[in-house]
Parts: sequence; structure tokens; C-alpha cells
Amino acid sequence: MTPPLLEIETLHTSFSTEAGIARAVDGVSFQLHAGETLGVVGESGCGKSVTALSILRLVRPPGRIEAGSAIRFEGTNLLALAERDMQHVRGNRIAMVFQEPMTALNPVFTVGDQIAEVARIHAGASRRSAAAKAVEMLALVGIPDPAQRATEYPHQLSGGMRQRVVIAMALVMNPALIIADEPTTALDVTIQAQILELLADLTRRLGTSVLLITHDLGVVAENCSRVIVMYAGEVVEESTTVELFAHAHHPYTEGLLGAMPRVGRGAERLATIPGTVPAPTAWPVGCRFRERCAFAWDRCAKDHPPLYQLGSGHQSRCHLAEEPNRRAHPHTPLAAASGVASA
Amino acid sequence: MRRYLVLRALQALGVVAFITTLSFMVVHLAPGDPIGSSLQGPNVTEAIRQHWRAEYGLDRPVSEQYVRWVRLVAHGDLGFSFSQRRPVRDVFADAIPRTLLLSGMALLLSFAFGIAVGVLQAEQPNGSRDRWLGRVLLLLYSVPDFWLALMVLLLFSLRLRLFPPGGLHDAVLYDYMTPPQQLLDSLKHLVLPVLTLTVLSSAVVARHQRGELVSVLSSDWMRTALAKGLSWRAAVRRHAFRNALLPTITIFFANIAVFASGSIFVEKVFSWPGMGYVTVTAVAARDYPLVTAGVLFMSVIVVTGALVADLVMAAADPRIRLR
Amino acid sequence: MPAIGVRHRLLRDRRVWIGLGVLAFMAVAALTAPLIAPYKPDAQLDIVQLAGQAPSSAHWLGTDPFGRDVLSRMLFGSRVSLTIALAAVAMAMTFGTLVGVIAGYFGGPVDSVLMRLVDAAFSIPPLLYIIVVAALWGDVGIVALTLLIASVAWFGVSRLVRAKALTVRDADFVMAARALGMSSWRIVTRHVLPNVVGPAIVTSTLAIGNVILLEAGLSYLGIGVRPPQASWGSIIQDGAERMSDQWWLTLFPGLAILVTAFACNALGDALRDALDPRQLQPLRDDDTPLITA
Repeated sequence: MTPPLLEIETLHTSFSTEAGIARAVDGVSFQLHAGETLGVVGESGCGKSVTALSILRLVRPPGRIEAGSAIRFEGTNLLALAERDMQHVRGNRIAMVFQEPMTALNPVFTVGDQIAEVARIHAGASRRSAAAKAVEMLALVGIPDPAQRATEYPHQLSGGMRQRVVIAMALVMNPALIIADEPTTALDVTIQAQILELLADLTRRLGTSVLLITHDLGVVAENCSRVIVMYAGEVVEESTTVELFAHAHHPYTEGLLGAMPRVGRGAERLATIPGTVPAPTAWPVGCRFRERCAFAWDRCAKDHPPLYQLGSGHQSRCHLAEEPNRRAHPHTPLAAASGVASA
Repeated sequence: MRRYLVLRALQALGVVAFITTLSFMVVHLAPGDPIGSSLQGPNVTEAIRQHWRAEYGLDRPVSEQYVRWVRLVAHGDLGFSFSQRRPVRDVFADAIPRTLLLSGMALLLSFAFGIAVGVLQAEQPNGSRDRWLGRVLLLLYSVPDFWLALMVLLLFSLRLRLFPPGGLHDAVLYDYMTPPQQLLDSLKHLVLPVLTLTVLSSAVVARHQRGELVSVLSSDWMRTALAKGLSWRAAVRRHAFRNALLPTITIFFANIAVFASGSIFVEKVFSWPGMGYVTVTAVAARDYPLVTAGVLFMSVIVVTGALVADLVMAAADPRIRLR
Repeated sequence: MPAIGVRHRLLRDRRVWIGLGVLAFMAVAALTAPLIAPYKPDAQLDIVQLAGQAPSSAHWLGTDPFGRDVLSRMLFGSRVSLTIALAAVAMAMTFGTLVGVIAGYFGGPVDSVLMRLVDAAFSIPPLLYIIVVAALWGDVGIVALTLLIASVAWFGVSRLVRAKALTVRDADFVMAARALGMSSWRIVTRHVLPNVVGPAIVTSTLAIGNVILLEAGLSYLGIGVRPPQASWGSIIQDGAERMSDQWWLTLFPGLAILVTAFACNALGDALRDALDPRQLQPLRDDDTPLITA
């Protein structure tokens, strides 16, 4: 089997804050193969965005990636690279699509300039050829009248258009990997589908791998072959998308699936997960989901669960893997019982 | 955009009218008058003073004097300076270019220095370089303008004798110099006042620039720039710099009064006969027309500064320009 | 929680200790001037022997052309300078807060009128305005000078307080208080004022520095303090003419002004950073705390 394109090993990223050290990413490991679209799902604050930024080493003080972490991309540990060599990776081999197309573009430069900049940095393109490349990229992402649009400023474009610009910017150097951090969250529902379709279409044609970060399992279902569920700085479940939707194992994943609106369920109230994510400055001992879990028992308060192997490619960080019988006896979660506002 | 321009210009006009009216009232309602203080001596009788008061219209009610003054100003007549014994317009014609020369050079230099220092600081916010430069700037920010001017004068002129102590040019020898010598002499007289004013206002520019830069460093587009593969330094210099420059210019010109008061002191200490020096001297002589016109000039400058700042901002920011 | 954070940040900030230390030193020196001053401030000690003496063990900061001890004059001068600064800022802060709260809380036409007034006031160069008023209205004493300075120092406070009051006005707890039928007066005193105190204190601290500089500049121009009484600025004025041979007359009072203004500005900056830590470390939401400066 070919080595994975991207391999993350025990990634720890923490931020020193006034309340103490926040362990935003606390020992995350996963692999991503060439040509694959891998989904990373979780609530805001679970560490998925910080994971993405760690891959590009864009975490700035007071945040830092702890020693002992490794991020291997095309066989090289990115964390061992000199900053100059890392700059050669960013925007060139790994590109990023950010959440907010409103603010991700610099308001005082034309969109053409901002796309052209990538070609100028990495391909050493002349001003003229970089500008031509920008127009070409705008055409590629389906923007009508690209030559005209290239001379416009971000505020003159709609949100969907702007996200197309951001995607164009990411694709200039035909990177091996695109990290898309909630690429559609800020957009209207109809535009969301278009943008995802565009991204899927282009990456399939170019053979680009995608790390798709989202809080929306619907997005995962439509775009990803495999999925990782993150909670409180950790991977809590990993499996193929089909397996996850059919046989979710971790109670948190079940909660997420239950919170998903589905066609045909109509007015029925969406199940929600009671309680909130604990503070990253003080992760609880044992299972971090315990207080919000309907199955938690005394062992969950003491033992921090490892990632249990459930079958080929399916792992879950839940003691239920060893004591599946307990699933028959749900109780009221601690967080709900003590009257903590439900999420 | 046009609507904005018109509204903004009208507002500025209103402010100028308000300030000049205020200054006219303050000057004219003050106790004492120029005839009383300048016409004195054993042979001067009250009748003679009355004659001159009538001659200058000073015996009329203040409201009447005000209407007359506004009408004259509208026609470009700023009145007659008692103390200099020539039309205010002539006094200004001499003084304004001198002030523009001194202040203009200092402004250009302080923007160049101030912005460079601000960028150096913001490249590593709260790093050791940022903190040290910050302390130096705070010190310069806290220094009394006139005292710094005096110290510069003391050190470079009186002690080291590198530059002349003040004035436009050499009082005695200038008329006997060849043109190149005259130019050199004038430049020598400019060095210290320009230096002092530059040091004072580049501290202000640098503080603004650093603050604006630091606040844009956390923008999402800054992160996009880094994700593209730009180095931090290049992202600061290419992207953040441009976004921070406009607010810096705007804040500076919106507060041009600070710069104006610095230039008044510098002109005074270095005996540079520009607008600040002329106005301060006129106050001491109770030269009403000159003081009123001086205040008018200064407030027009200040209001225009704020106006220009707004317009530059509007013209340079595509979000406003293209509205 | 935020209050604890603010106190923590302040205690850790060296600028706070330096600023407070310098100001405490100045305050003690001013208060105890009659006790610690080596000579009487306006005593002409020996006009022949002791005029214009350079600093020595008997006269640490030298003597002036009238044979007066510069250190003693500076100690007494600090009382004048500091009193004017504190009184002017106290007045400006009170008035500025009042105007700011009224404009911000009541909004509408009241706000428009007051803020246009503040805009206009900002366009007047304060120095020029005071020079004109003071010089033309004749003998302006210390009280009048204080009032004049206060009259140009309040708009900064009012603009900031207004901005804060505007946000407080729309806060949920104020809405709730209004819904409960609480009177405007009670809402202002109970809810709005406590919330605008922070920004008001920060601007006032910074204003003290500026006012000290302004007062010194005016005294240097001969406005306000009359001889034989002295303030730091007027001592410099006395010495400016003799600067070429008696540099100590201008150097030391200027340093005193510089150090005091620096202390106020350092303290003010520290307070501002402590109350608004985002300026130091711009943090976004938990998920993306990336580019933190």
C-alpha cells in the first residue's frame, strides 16, 4: 500500500491563556490518502480548526505545537521544516479555503491581485503572466466575465462569488492537498450546495486530496469517503462515511446524528446534546464526554478511554466497545440532570 | 460619493464659521483695546485715542464690527495689523510660506520615520524590539514640545555651534552672500526646527501606525496571506501595511491641532517668523485684526486637515470610493 | 471574572508600578515641599555671591540669576503644576462624563447636538485658544488658567464615555431595568455610570499627562502663573534667556515635566491595555485563535 499523503501523529497544540494552558488539540492522529476527501466533524471548540492551522503551521503565539507531535506530508515532517521551506509548502503544495469569504480577502486589493499573488510567490511569475493566470483561475471556478471581475474589489462580489475566488486562489498552484475549513458555513443554503459541488468537481478532476472541516454531517455525507469525529481536542470516532451513518458507535456521534435534520422527519424536534464542551484549560479525567452521555458509568470517570478498534477502519473512544450491554440502559445525562443549559 | 463630499464640506464650513465667530467674540469682548495699549505717551490725549478708535471703527458696537469684519473677510480683506503697521494680508503673505516650508518638511519626514518605526514594531508585537521602541516613543510623546526645542537649541547651537540659533537666515551677512551661499545659509537655519518638529510628530505617527497595524494583524485576510505562502514579514509589509496606512493618515490629520501647537512652539523657540510666531507675538501686542485672522487661519487649517483626511480615506478605500 | 483579570494584568504590568512610583514620589515631594525644600523658593539668597551658580553640594540644581535655589523653586513649583493638572482633569472628567452619558444614554437630537459641539471643539487648537483668551483677558490667575485648561480637556472624555454609554444603553440588563419601570436617573446612576468609569479613568489618566504639558507650555509663554510664584513651566521661561551659560535653569524643570508626563502616559497605557486586553492579544473564538499578536 502506498504511504499516506498526510499523516498526523499525536498532535498537541496548546494556547497559554490567563485561565491556564488551553489544550485545544490534545493528541490527535489520523491519515489522509492521495485523492481522498476526509471529513473532520465536531462542534465549535473541539479543535478541528486548530488542527487545520497546525498542519500549515499557522498557529501563532500564544498558541504553539508541542514537541512530540508530527505532521508528515509527502514523507516530510512539516514540523521539522525551516520556516522558509514551510512557506514553500503553503499555498503551493497545501492550500487552504477559509470559512468567511467576507473577511478572508483583503479589502484593499483587487481579487485579481490576490489570486495573482500566489503565482508570483511560488511560480515566480511576471506581473503580466500572473494577472493572466488569475483571470484563467476565475474562469475555472465558473465566474462569468472573469477579466472584468479580476479588477474588482472583494466588497463588489457576492458571498458565493467571493468563496469561488478563495477556491481559485487555493487551486492556482495545483496543490496536492486542500484544507477547507467550514467553506460554506457563512453562505446561503442554495449557494452552499453550489460551492461544495464546485469544490468536489474541481478536486476530482485535478486529483487533489481534501481535508473538509465542518460541523455539518450532511456535508460529510455528500462529499467525504471517510470521516473523523472530534470532541474536546481528541478524535473520538473514525470510520468510513457509510459505516458511520449506519453504525455510529460513540454516543457523541450518535448525538450529532440525532441533531441532524432529515427529510421526512419534518416538525419533529431535533434531538440535542445536553450540556456544553468542558473548558480546554481543564479537561476532565476519564472520558471528556461523560457528563453529557446517557450511558456513562463509574469507569468513565476514572479511565480515559483509548481508541478501540471496532473493525476494519472503524475506531471509537468509548468504553462501550468493551461493555456493549450497557447500551441497553440509558439514563439522564449528568449535565441535563443538574440543570445545565442544553446546547 | 458626491453627496458625501457636499455634506462633509458644508459641515466643515459650519465649523469654521462657528470658530471664527467665537474667536472674534473672545477677542473683541476682552477688556482693554489696542489703541489704549499702543498709543501712549505724555502728548497723547484721550481725544486723540478716540479719534483713532473711530478711524478703525473700534467705537462701534461689537455686532456692527463683526458684520463689517465678515464682509471684509469675504472680500479677502483681513484688516490692518496695528503692531506691524501693514495689511494683515501682507503679514500672512510672508508668514504662510515660511510655515508651510517648515511644517511641510517636518510632516514628510515624520511620516517617513514614523511609519517605518511603526512597521518595525508591529512585525513582532510585544517582542523586545516593539517594547523598546514603544518606550522611546512614549518618552517622546511625554516631552514638552518647547523644552525639547530649547534643549535642541542648547545642544546643537549654543554648545556644539553646529547650527545657527534661529531666524530665517543670517541677520547680518545674508545680504552680502552669493545665491548658493544664501541657499546654504537658509538650509542651515531650517535644520534644527525641522529636526525638532519631526522628532515630535514622528512619535505620534509611529504610535498610530503601530496600533493600526497590530489591530489588522488578526484579520482573516492576514491569515489568508500567510496561508498563500507569504512570510510573516512580507504579509505585514505588503498586506497589513496598506490597510493600516490610511487610518494612520486619517487619525493624524484629524488631530492636526496637536501638530499645529507643536509648530507654534518650535517657531517661537527658533524665532522662525511663520504663522505661529506671528500670532503669538500679535497676542502680546493686542493686535486684534492679526490675532483674529491668525485664529481664522489656524482653524481653517485644522478643519481642512480633518476634511482632507476624510476625503483621502474615502478616495483610497474602495469600499467607500465605489459606493 | 473580568475584574479579577484586570487586577491581575495591572499588578503584573511594570508600567503600573513605574507610573505609580513616580507619581507618588512627585506627590510626596509636592506635599512636603515646605519641610524638605532646602531654601525658601523666592528668597534671593545673596544676589552678588549666589546668582546663577551651577549645581553644587549647597545648591543641588544650581541657582537662578536672582540667587534663588532652583531645587526649592521646583519643589514649590510642583505644587502649582500638579494642582492645576489634577484640578483641571477632575473638572474635565466630571463634565466630560456628564455630557458623554447624557449624549450616549438619551441619544437622538440631544446626542447629535452635543456631538457636533464636541466635533467643533476638537477643531480648535487648544493651545492657541488659551493663548488668545488668556493674553487678551489680561491677568489670568491660576484659577482661571485651570478653568481654561479644563474647558479644552473634556471633549476627549465625553466622546469615549458616549461610545461606551451607547453600548450600555442597549445592553440586556438596561432593557430589563427599563422594562421594570426603573427611572432614567436610577438607570444612569446604577447601570450606566459604573460601566463608563473605566474608559473615563483611562482617558483622564492620559489627560493628566497632556494637561501637565499644556500648562508647562502656557507658563513658558508667560500665561497663568505670575512671578514670584513659580510652576515648572515658568521656571523654564525664567531660564530660557540665560540658557547659553545657565543651562540648569531649563534642563531640570523640563526633566521634571517629562518624567511626570511619562509616568501618567505609561500608567494610562497600562490601564487601557488592562481594560481592553484584545488590543494586546486579539483572540477570536475558541475554535480559531490563530493569529494572535
